[in-house]
Amino acid sequence: MESGGLMHTLAFFLLSGITLAAAMGVVFKRNLVQSAFLLSVTFLGVAGLYMTLEAEFMAAVQALVYSGAVAVLVVIGVMLTHREQMSRSNPPNKMLFAGAFAALSVVGVMVWAILATPWKVGKGSVVTAGDIGRRFLTDFAPPFEAVALLLLAALIGAVVLFKGGKAQS
Amino acid sequence: MIGLSHYLLVGAVLFGLGLFGLLTKRNLIAVLMSIELMLNSVNINLVAFSRYTATDAAAGQVFSLFIIAVAAAEVAVGLALAYAIYRGRDTVSIDDMNWLKW
Repeated sequence: MESGGLMHTLAFFLLSGITLAAAMGVVFKRNLVQSAFLLSVTFLGVAGLYMTLEAEFMAAVQALVYSGAVAVLVVIGVMLTHREQMSRSNPPNKMLFAGAFAALSVVGVMVWAILATPWKVGKGSVVTAGDIGRRFLTDFAPPFEAVALLLLAALIGAVVLFKGGKAQS
Repeated sequence: MIGLSHYLLVGAVLFGLGLFGLLTKRNLIAVLMSIELMLNSVNINLVAFSRYTATDAAAGQVFSLFIIAVAAAEVAVGLALAYAIYRGRDTVSIDDMNWLKW
């Protein structure tokens, strides 16, 4: 999408509005299942923001991995572990005001830093999936292998933890 | 005219919402969801920087792909841990997880 055009502006405000509203729903909803589905909406909004940044591959990965896999995993986790009434399943704890104060302070400092910094915006460049693939197999090959190992370890670890230690096979 | 700082502001607000949820939620899975929000906000920042300022634009997206991979591993292991605790202790409430004494 062409940067700076009217369509780009509209798309940015629409998508960031959807993303932030859904994220507020995730945090403020009392029902954990609604939070989990709104989390999926948040991820899709972020994927749309990637589209406005002309990062199509990132948008595809975001939609597949986050909205497809992570959100479904979270929903399964919610439904495996809930016990009481679902409408009161996501209560805040005793730190409500301290947490709000801490989060607002962090956001305040970050907003001040963003607005006060003179960003050196260059002409910008668009990255294709081919560029990313070439970088993965040349400069970033060692961390690519490391993250493959991490995913394998996480897979085995998740299976072992879910299965439990004393299960009879 | 939408520029870099607009994306950074969205990322900052998303990070703040995630931090608020992380600090104030009582359910373990809600805490994991808040962490995912924070990771997403960081990814928005990285992709926005790679689009607008970077001399090496592909590197920013490669970083955020690594973050996505680590976040996927984190949520898988985190949910497995939550389920293991739920099976052993019959709770997913952070306030009840106080058996690690010092």
